[in-house]
Amino acid sequence: MSQSSIDLPPKGGFSFDLCKRNDMLTQKGLKAPSFLKTGTTIVGLIFKDGVILGADTRATEGPIVADKNCEKIHYMAPNIYCCGAGTAADTEAVTDMVSSQLRLHRYQTGQDSRVITALTLLKKHLFGYQGHVSAALVLGGVDITGPHLHTIYPHGSTDTLPFATMGSGSLAAMSVFEAKYKEGLTRDEGIKLVAEAICSGIFNDLGSGSNVDICVITKGHKEYLRNYMEPNPRTYVSSKGYSFTKKTEVLLTKITPLSERVEIVEVAGEAMEE
Amino acid sequence: MDLNLDAPHSMGTTIIGVTYNGGVVLGADSRTSTGMYVANRASDKITQLTDNVYVCRSGSAADSQVVSDYVRYFLHQHTIQLGQPATVKVAANLIRMLAYNNKNMLQTGLIVGGWDKYEGGKIYGIPLGGTVVEQPFAIGGSGSSYLYGFFDQAWKEDMTKEEAEQLVVKAVSLAIARDGASGGVVRTVIINSEGVTRNFYPGDKLQLWHEELEPQNSLLDILNAAGPEPMAM
Repeated sequence: MSQSSIDLPPKGGFSFDLCKRNDMLTQKGLKAPSFLKTGTTIVGLIFKDGVILGADTRATEGPIVADKNCEKIHYMAPNIYCCGAGTAADTEAVTDMVSSQLRLHRYQTGQDSRVITALTLLKKHLFGYQGHVSAALVLGGVDITGPHLHTIYPHGSTDTLPFATMGSGSLAAMSVFEAKYKEGLTRDEGIKLVAEAICSGIFNDLGSGSNVDICVITKGHKEYLRNYMEPNPRTYVSSKGYSFTKKTEVLLTKITPLSERVEIVEVAGEAMEE
Repeated sequence: MDLNLDAPHSMGTTIIGVTYNGGVVLGADSRTSTGMYVANRASDKITQLTDNVYVCRSGSAADSQVVSDYVRYFLHQHTIQLGQPATVKVAANLIRMLAYNNKNMLQTGLIVGGWDKYEGGKIYGIPLGGTVVEQPFAIGGSGSSYLYGFFDQAWKEDMTKEEAEQLVVKAVSLAIARDGASGGVVRTVIINSEGVTRNFYPGDKLQLWHEELEPQNSLLDILNAAGPEPMAM
């Protein structure tokens, strides 16, 4: 019995070996299994009293709309929310994970979570996975140090901005922000601008669509406006409703209790041992 | 036009560090690009490591942010253990250890600059690969290609603070004019025995170079501005 190589103890951390294999296979022509990407337009802006986040609600699987009304604004802490673009599983998992970490940290410290804490936890995680966790996030919240808005890229870099957009519809939304954003917007002006930017993404980007979700965070208070705007209603809905003729014919209904069919045998012996 | 929004966030960049008699001046542009899209047009590439040492970052945004975060943490510990402010040489060396030992995985070029009481103002360049070179001036980033000749001609020993800053602003502005991956505003940080001064030069206030046009008022600004005064009798 000979061993061709010495088995090294596992060093821990992510093993990138399979990533190389996957790249090699795709080059050879194998189609990778597709995953649910969110397409997406997500935005955030800082206004006079805090932060407003916005997102569309379409989740795509290649060219198909998999979910017409998904939630892209994820809860991180009572005063911090995070919009996610990229692979839906990655954004959900990473925001859930950091949300739990923040909760445990709150129990330890006895203080409200800070946005920069969430930012550091997210960027450390994403950098460690070297971009393979495909999550592009817009993180916003109001903590004791004031309102904060950050963007986080899949490779782990972050930016701190007064207004930000991410996702496939980011260019369409950014054009609205660059034209109309100014400092010191009121709550209503801010919501109107965010809705306009998301609508720009919804109507001009194929990967974004359906409804507009908005989340307004101010000091000590937050408002999650799910489906704030629904600019894509179903146009033709039959008032009669839909009925489908029964195709399967029932031939016979008979119920046989199983104990008649099965013989139960008691084995006299010792009790089960492991 | 290839607009790959999934491309890694890189800082095209022009970064500069220059010594003068009494301290150093660090300068950088403010453009961060993802493929052909400008992800952040007002980023701050000059990051603080300690009260007296700053670093200019270029290359991969994620890699440079993580390296400077680690070095800030190490320097903080070092300052506590030493009992006095860290020297620029130590900061440069810590960056070099990370950059050299992880050279296969990192893609970031850095310029460390600061002032300490032993050596005065010092600039250290740490390009890809992890060499550390102490220089009277250092340039880095994609826009630096256009500045080698300019610095050979324009740099001189023992400049004053104002001369040094003007040189840095002029240089970054020239690089922005020629390099597509650099743009936005020019940020400078002056570090000397008295402390640290941050300055900011918006893109439209910079000097115009060959064939550059005057900045026009955007039609949006004109439309959004107040209408003409109503006629008065």
